[in-house]
Amino acid sequence: MSEIIKFDNVEVEFTRGSERFTAVGGVSLSIEKGEFFGIVGASGAGKSTLVRTINLLQRPTSGRVLVDGRDVTALKGRELSALRLKIGMIFQHFNLIRNATVFDNVAFALEASSTPRAQIAPRVVDLLRLVGLEDKIRLYPGSLSGGQKQRVAIARALANKPEILLCDEATSALDPDNTAEVVEALKRIKESYPITVVFITHQEQVARSLFDRIAVMDKGRVVEVGYAYDIFAHPKSQPARDLVARAADYELPREVLEREKDLFLLTFKEEHAYDAVISEVARRFGTDLSIIAGKIDYIRHKPLGVLLVSLRTVSERKRQEVLAYIRERACITEYKGASNA
Amino acid sequence: MLEQTLRILRNELWKAFYETAVMMGISFALSLVLGLLLGFALYLTETGAFFKNRALNSIASGIVNFIRSIPFIILVVFTLPLTFYLVGTKIGPVAASVPMTIAATVFLARLVEGGLKEVDDGVIEAALATGARSLLIVRKVLLREAAPSIARAVTVVFINLIGCSAMAGMVGGGGIGNLAVQYGYYRYETGVMVFTIVVLVVIVQISQHLGDYVASKFTH
Repeated sequence: MSEIIKFDNVEVEFTRGSERFTAVGGVSLSIEKGEFFGIVGASGAGKSTLVRTINLLQRPTSGRVLVDGRDVTALKGRELSALRLKIGMIFQHFNLIRNATVFDNVAFALEASSTPRAQIAPRVVDLLRLVGLEDKIRLYPGSLSGGQKQRVAIARALANKPEILLCDEATSALDPDNTAEVVEALKRIKESYPITVVFITHQEQVARSLFDRIAVMDKGRVVEVGYAYDIFAHPKSQPARDLVARAADYELPREVLEREKDLFLLTFKEEHAYDAVISEVARRFGTDLSIIAGKIDYIRHKPLGVLLVSLRTVSERKRQEVLAYIRERACITEYKGASNA
Repeated sequence: MLEQTLRILRNELWKAFYETAVMMGISFALSLVLGLLLGFALYLTETGAFFKNRALNSIASGIVNFIRSIPFIILVVFTLPLTFYLVGTKIGPVAASVPMTIAATVFLARLVEGGLKEVDDGVIEAALATGARSLLIVRKVLLREAAPSIARAVTVVFINLIGCSAMAGMVGGGGIGNLAVQYGYYRYETGVMVFTIVVLVVIVQISQHLGDYVASKFTH
């Protein structure tokens, strides 16, 4: 693998009146060719601003952005156009031309690359078939669902066979059904087409099902980078923990939380995900471990088990032994209720 | 009285119609082209993503504001030397169409600029992200997205021009408005005045409906 995008100490500052505001502060990060790379973080963390420096919708205040080894930060005019042709982008609000048909919206990107007129129509049909919308070709965006609009935007973004696809909160304005529809379309494209995807989201579910690697951003900085699985299994930074905790938000009834004082969240990784740790503990220590909630998630086909358990009627010494035993086999954190888990 | 009205109309109406048609035809056609160009120029020189040029924009904007602050009837007088230079006469419908063109051009330019500013920034950003050059974005995105508001702007300007043609008529342009003033006002021929009002109302109503129809055709 080789790196296709490299941020080198990228900084973006905005001036509002006399106030200076740092949206992105000194980010260095590499994205490998062919990766499905996720950038997650709360809104206002600087994710969009950072990603917009890749195709220069936002010029960095300082630092360099390298695409395919070439510094793009100073590009202008024709060269900038050429760079953007290699980089497709989709947006939270789809940003289709409202008064143009689905066909014209996709054809626009082909006209941007000066595609010969005769080749445009067959290529548009191909692209719309790729996203499963060839029957909507004569419609206007206004008569499409959100998921369909985003798929048209995907077709437009892929029109010039880009090497990179940027997705800025591409599913955040969609309901779960439409989100699934767009996620499926992206997965299918990723499988059939060697493209690097950089996907911004604050939705933990989307991150879980799509990303190879994840960068977690907070207040304009990247606080954690790693494989999606590792981040979900062992989040190290607080923002990453917040993201993962949202997945473990079981919304327990208040009575349960009040009754169960000694709650722990256990996370089992890969080989241990199927292990019978709980029954093992019960047998070995002769104690009760009550399971309050739990599930096994699959992150990029690898299992990640999460259990919320309560340690009951255990002496302090035994309690420590049990926790030590579990700690060897799983990641364990004390659970203090949904909001601050 | 009715007979008198009909006699005046028979003698004067067709000539007045002709004069109005000339004034409106020339000034509308020219201001449509010039106003659109100036409107786009105002927008494009102000917007960072395109041809931002603060000096050019301030000059264009200043001229537009200057012309728009002059009451039309004064503008007619003020532009008389220019009119004479351009068409070789200071009276008649062709002469009147000079100040009308100028006034309508700057008016339309401002309205077009406003319509362009209302185009969704996200759509422009998405177009930029495809790598499209500015002229393609102007033709295929800005023009399309602003088409309904441009159609409405053109309608407003056309109807405004009808009013201008009456004023220009007073200072030697002739036309329907002039007919109303000359006979209805100076000679107390109320019948002529009422008739011209009816004609103008019908023209305005038709224009507005046509404009709304075109705007709705551009909206999807």
